[in-house]
Amino acid sequence: VTRRPRGAPSLRELTDYVYFRRNVAGVQREWWQHRFGCELWFLADRDTRTNEVLRVELPQANEAKAQPEPIAPEAPDV
Amino acid sequence: MRLPPQPEELLDRSREVVFSFRGEPVRAFAGDTVGSALFASGQRVFSRSFKYHRRRGLLCCSGACPNCMLTVDGSPNVRACIEPVRDGAVVEPQNVVGSLERDLLSVVDKVGRPFTPVGFYYRTMIRPRRLWPLYERFLRNVAGLGRVDKHRGRTTRYDAEHRRVDVLVIGGGRSGLAAARAAAEHGDRVLLVDENARRFDGEPFEIVAPGRALGVYEGGLVPVDAGRLLLRVRAGRIVVATGAVEQPLVFPGNDLVGVMLPDGARRLIRDFALKPGERAVVLAADDRALGVVDDLERAGVEVVARVDLRERDPAEVSAEGRRGRLHAVSIDGARHDCDLLLAAGAPQPAYSLLAQAGARISYDAARGVFVPSELPPGVEAVGRVAGDLGRLHPTRACHGKGGFVCICEDVAVKDLKRAIAEGFDSIELAKRYTTVTMGPCQGRLCHLPSIRVFAREQGTDEAAIGTTTARPPWSPVKLGLLAGRTHEPARLTAIHHRHVEAGADVIWTGAWRRPHSYGDAPAEAGRVHDAVGVIDVSTLGKLLVVGPDAVAFLERLYPNRYGDLRPGRVRYGVLSTDAGRIMDDGTVARLDEERFYVTTTSTGADSVLGWFEWWNAVWQLDLEIVNLTGALAAVNLAGPRARELLTGLTRTDVSAEGLRYLDAQEGWVAGVPCLMLRIGFVGELGYELHFPSPYGEYLWDLLLEWGATPFGLEAQRILRLEKQHIIVGQDTDSESNVLDANMAWIAKLDKDDFVGKWALEHAQERGPRELLVGFEMANGAVPPEGGQVVRAGRPSGRVTSARWSEQVGRAIGLAWVPPDLAEEDAAFEIRVDGRLEQARVRLRPFFDPSGERLKA
Repeated sequence: VTRRPRGAPSLRELTDYVYFRRNVAGVQREWWQHRFGCELWFLADRDTRTNEVLRVELPQANEAKAQPEPIAPEAPDV
Repeated sequence: MRLPPQPEELLDRSREVVFSFRGEPVRAFAGDTVGSALFASGQRVFSRSFKYHRRRGLLCCSGACPNCMLTVDGSPNVRACIEPVRDGAVVEPQNVVGSLERDLLSVVDKVGRPFTPVGFYYRTMIRPRRLWPLYERFLRNVAGLGRVDKHRGRTTRYDAEHRRVDVLVIGGGRSGLAAARAAAEHGDRVLLVDENARRFDGEPFEIVAPGRALGVYEGGLVPVDAGRLLLRVRAGRIVVATGAVEQPLVFPGNDLVGVMLPDGARRLIRDFALKPGERAVVLAADDRALGVVDDLERAGVEVVARVDLRERDPAEVSAEGRRGRLHAVSIDGARHDCDLLLAAGAPQPAYSLLAQAGARISYDAARGVFVPSELPPGVEAVGRVAGDLGRLHPTRACHGKGGFVCICEDVAVKDLKRAIAEGFDSIELAKRYTTVTMGPCQGRLCHLPSIRVFAREQGTDEAAIGTTTARPPWSPVKLGLLAGRTHEPARLTAIHHRHVEAGADVIWTGAWRRPHSYGDAPAEAGRVHDAVGVIDVSTLGKLLVVGPDAVAFLERLYPNRYGDLRPGRVRYGVLSTDAGRIMDDGTVARLDEERFYVTTTSTGADSVLGWFEWWNAVWQLDLEIVNLTGALAAVNLAGPRARELLTGLTRTDVSAEGLRYLDAQEGWVAGVPCLMLRIGFVGELGYELHFPSPYGEYLWDLLLEWGATPFGLEAQRILRLEKQHIIVGQDTDSESNVLDANMAWIAKLDKDDFVGKWALEHAQERGPRELLVGFEMANGAVPPEGGQVVRAGRPSGRVTSARWSEQVGRAIGLAWVPPDLAEEDAAFEIRVDGRLEQARVRLRPFFDPSGERLKA
């Protein structure tokens, strides 16, 4: 989940939002869609190291207004 | 040539099977393999080696090694030793010029071998560069495996099936069977797969044999190659009982015909009642392999020497041959005449599947083999693969000077030495350089020996060298099996069969099949200009957006405005991403305050639906999105006589005043409920009719009966090009935005926000890098799509669409050009068939630039 900037973002902020993704080794919040089924979009907390899905939920109205915040990624294993 | 019936033989001696080998009939018994039958017929040389074209014979008889690969019924690289015989099968040798006995390419071995060390081709044949195609053709001929017959077409139907079981047992040897029985008794649903066509009688669980587990994937998915069926197995528990693989010894002459692995000889005797030789020498390092001596003696083979490598490990072993066939073995100077040498080092657990599943593989220095440990949850190992191998003693890397480490790729000890000397000192690098372990056996017979040689040469131990990564597929698999059925699902419109009946040239467009033309596209376009034509546009994406927030939703998604769109009106819209790129285009019709009917491009329908759903998952606005793409058929009725035709079929007022340009009206046409949109992609007076699919053929027939001429995609493309209407994906790409695509009018940058607004603002500030313009050619040359725009000798743009237009009387098109060229009459050139042809920019539509005919 990325956060859409508000107001008029600078070119750098916009580029960050459009093109740059953190390559998180750990739990991250993601959008998923049941593409060949009910077509529902939902949010999942997934551990990218194990592919374990820790939590799934429907987007909430209040969350939507605030634009979903990304979960603070864990410090990467080095 | 057969022994008397053996107690466990796989043969049904009452049934004879005949196949052909090099055109000669070969008689076999049911239960034989191609390999055993050929061996019974006296064949000893089965193949020529990959690089040096050395004679090779049966080695493992278990489908592991490359030695018996033949072409069977046109399929190359079939392991004859495990391929069941079939009546009428056509078997041919491969990788030979001439015959197996007299292969002309074996000169490579005699003349070339001293001069063709590892990496020879990479280093020698790169200069002069222009000769590479010649070198390449030569190499492809000399080196290699079988040949695929590209003209044969597909004859086999492959299928895939999903299977869920409690326990999957891989390997049907003693341990595997015991595990499967125990699990079945416990009440578990069990599936056992075994790679051999072994017979299992009366077991209380399902068995797939031959069936080869190809790998262990995420989530415990195990694909099993069951010949023409790919089983995708998911099991609660996976029991790996893949046993151990006998490892060849490395010594001079270790690839001669007559040198076999003990288990291979045992299979010939026990399974196929064949006598593997007359006089045998046995060199082995474990009890099981040494046990082959009993089998040999029972079969009447004289065992002239038996060496237990644990008791006495000779320093020098060498095999001598004549015409590639073994005739004597020297062990520390003692020479034995023989025609069979059974030689094997410590057996290596076949751990690949376990390693893929995540197990740790470590070197057991006391026994000299790699063993698995730390198995992941749900995965178990039983029997020999788990390291249950009896008394073992590490095997020497080489017995004597030289010998092949890898028989698949003809990699000898000296090649590995050279690779190390050249600096490829990690096993992973040396593997890629020498291709050791990368041949058909996939390391089964050469992984451990190559690590041993490596350790010895580097003065370290096997643990320090480590293993190379185990990757799927563990067994060779046909691409056809992975590809599955040839069935390619097509989406057909409700009117499709009418197009076929009319003899239309039907083409793929995305997932759809659509008429390209009905025979004469220019004539079809002409009918639209002077009378009336009709095209099936049912493939358009059709979404209904309904709810109190529908307006707000569209306002946020599209760069242009919808709040001021009155009910009953239609507006063109282009979707942008937040990167400012054009995503899709279509029309939005406001049916009433809260109902909007949105069309998308045919190929973009699915992604636009997902896009809409996703943004509303974020925004949570009060609306519903209904996908009507399949539910509704649609046709575009266009041409100066379209109104006249439609008037006769409806009571709805479709006059110039009653249904103006860009009006939308729900009504009835010939008794069919229709949404009528007056829009004009093709540039003439036109009506898009959207109506329930079941009426597709009925309404189509009626429109034709009333005088409309059907036109296909090609005519539509000519017509829209005359109007300079773009096709998203054809004239735009992943870099195009609406400003550069000459549609700046559509981006209302004074709106609060919309998807893509900021990127367009930045793009506007930066100015365009290139612009999409229309052009016409000075002569009749029609540039190719993707053709080069040239100015002053430099490439400076590209053509996205071009056609000959009968209406305009010229070749016309659209092209991306530098901004300073985007002026009326600006001249440039376009490369057509290698020649530069003159073109001029035309910023206004070629046909009806003021839109009088469109809006009539």
